[in-house]
Amino acid sequence: MCGATEGGLSLDGVNVAKEAVIQGQVTRDGEAVGSAYVRLLDRTGEFTAEVPTSATGHFRFFAGEGQWTLRTLAPKADPVDTPVKAAVGSVAEVAVAL
Amino acid sequence: MSRESALVSAQWVEDHLETDGVVVVEVDEDTTSYDKGHLRGAIKLDWTTDLQDQVRRDFVNKEQFEALLSERGIANDDTVVLYGGNNNWFAAYAYWYFTLYGHQSVKLMDGGRKKWELDSRELTDAVPTRERTSYTAQEQDHSIRAFRDETVAAIGVKNLIDVRSPDEYAGRLLAPAHLPQEQAQRAGHVPTSLNVPWSKNCNDDGTFKSDEDLTALYAGVGLDDTKETIALCRIGERSSLTWFVLKELLGHQSVKNYDGSWTEYGSLVGVPVALGDEPGSADQVRA
Repeated sequence: MCGATEGGLSLDGVNVAKEAVIQGQVTRDGEAVGSAYVRLLDRTGEFTAEVPTSATGHFRFFAGEGQWTLRTLAPKADPVDTPVKAAVGSVAEVAVAL
Repeated sequence: MSRESALVSAQWVEDHLETDGVVVVEVDEDTTSYDKGHLRGAIKLDWTTDLQDQVRRDFVNKEQFEALLSERGIANDDTVVLYGGNNNWFAAYAYWYFTLYGHQSVKLMDGGRKKWELDSRELTDAVPTRERTSYTAQEQDHSIRAFRDETVAAIGVKNLIDVRSPDEYAGRLLAPAHLPQEQAQRAGHVPTSLNVPWSKNCNDDGTFKSDEDLTALYAGVGLDDTKETIALCRIGERSSLTWFVLKELLGHQSVKNYDGSWTEYGSLVGVPVALGDEPGSADQVRA
């Protein structure tokens, strides 16, 4: 993979009006990380969901309204926590740098 | 059954990838994961096509399961080692499924695909070929499978453990948050069910917590292990993982997985449903 792809994940096929989307990309030194795991933790810190990143380092969640935390795990890296706010009808784009 | 007999480490699996009589099987929620790379020599089972009847909403029957395992080259005396993504959700589901049909030696790889990847262990895209076998399954063991009527009758009587995330339990979400939220059924939970999210069983890397921690977890929520327990989630795969913890790791005597889970229960007409973070009352059933 030669450098991270600029821009967000395509929303084709997603009914954004009905979903509170949280999505983004994991990078390390500007390069996409396709072997990371991103966990979605709720407002109390409880696990809600987890996805592996795509080959381009992208991930997506369909959350609910409110405050969430993304916890990113990857080989040879400490976990990174990133707070994010989600709202139905909008897309929260998050960049996670390891 | 115990941790020693039901669970193996990633290192144990790496050391046994070429051992005769050990068949490593990947089962993932994302059924394309295997195709992007898998453990050397591992075969794939697709839970949507291999393990589900393609017409009725049910499992493949005994004859179909026998045909599947025979075709994939799994013998009755093989040790089947299961692993998968999403912290082994569907691998645990397959473990329960193999147990349901009476396979003698089945194990789960601790941490599943995530632990393997975070350890930077080898993955390959080479697909192995295995000689066909003549597999014979047992009749389904219904001592580990709960159906809807038993679940309704268990309200206020047996332990009901709902392993979905707190927001799904409360009715604020209808599905795990990595999936779109559009569903037909009602939101909420079975009254009197306790919410112990499956994730509380696991460390961040997907491995299971210690027996001591797990015992304390279920004691802490008031699970009465002298009673029968039914675990449920949305479609029965996350609850397979909790079934594995209670039955196989902690050795509770009577634990069933309700594979119909919330997609069935939440679509039933006339059954009681509780909303919010509290378990709710059995009075709703008798009202």
